[in-house]
Amino acid sequence: MNKIREHINKVIFILGIGFMSYGLYRGEIDIVFQKAIKICLECIGIG
Amino acid sequence: MDKLREHIRLMVQTIVTIVTNGYVKGFATGKIYTGDLKKVCVPGLNCYSCPSALGSCPIGSYQAVIGDRQFKFTFYITGFLMVVGSTLGRLVCGWLCPFGLTQDLLYKVPFIKKIKRIRRDKYLRYFKYIILLVFVLILPLFVVDIIGQGSPVFCKWICPVGTLEGGIPLVLLNDTFVEAIGFLYIWKITILVLTIVFSILIYRPFCKYICPLGAIYSIFNGISLYKYKIDNSKCIKCGVCSKACKMNIEPFKTPNHIECIRCGDCKRVCPTAAISSGITMVNKEKKEHNSSEI
Repeated sequence: MNKIREHINKVIFILGIGFMSYGLYRGEIDIVFQKAIKICLECIGIG
Repeated sequence: MDKLREHIRLMVQTIVTIVTNGYVKGFATGKIYTGDLKKVCVPGLNCYSCPSALGSCPIGSYQAVIGDRQFKFTFYITGFLMVVGSTLGRLVCGWLCPFGLTQDLLYKVPFIKKIKRIRRDKYLRYFKYIILLVFVLILPLFVVDIIGQGSPVFCKWICPVGTLEGGIPLVLLNDTFVEAIGFLYIWKITILVLTIVFSILIYRPFCKYICPLGAIYSIFNGISLYKYKIDNSKCIKCGVCSKACKMNIEPFKTPNHIECIRCGDCKRVCPTAAISSGITMVNKEKKEHNSSEI
């Protein structure tokens, strides 16, 4: 059982790295950056 | 020694909060940090509109990407959550989340009677999964404006972190924001006040019942690299750990329960030191077991 969990953990970790890399490749980081460097009016309750 | 261990967690939480909110200049200027670090998410819930925030909030970023016209799924943030979750699980909630620290401190505020467990607690715990599904995953994707942009629904209508870290300081520092205050601001202040009051009475109510980030990390708790382990040869099943657990779980039965935030209270009080924690691998455990047999 522990071994299965360890395998699942490894698969999720590697898949996560793959997902992050693909997300970076297709430019998602720019969306995150653009959103994060402007004051999010909705988040602070103004907009 | 026990007090020292408790203080270590508080120190780590404080250091993480200070490091991830190191742009002190923001509080003097009323502006937010706009450097490259904002491309990276922090593991805990930390509003990126806080004047001192250096990184991005994973929940805010998730909604920002899926709410964009270009993308309907975010590989970047999903991957980030998978990596952090599979490594640490809800250790993030207990040790690395600034809003977790806020709630821990609020619970230290003395009150006549603290509430250990509320009615229907077991069922209310599932509420955070509904919040995650409806307000983070579905609504920002489908409720869009005329140009197809989704709104960060969770941040806008629920998240008290944005109000505490961003809303209050930015309104105090910018006159233009004061003029723009309306129903939404009052609504968010009300949610914040309720969260503060409940956090004094109940241990971490936001983490238990509302937080979508905690809901995500909880899924990984059972399989994360960092885990708790019970030594059955030492455990006398006295239940002292269950009584000490402020998240109301039974560590001696389910040490890697989805609600465990890895605070370590159970380890501290265990009379036989049967609970251990760390990054363990099955192969390593087997080797240790074999060598001890030899």
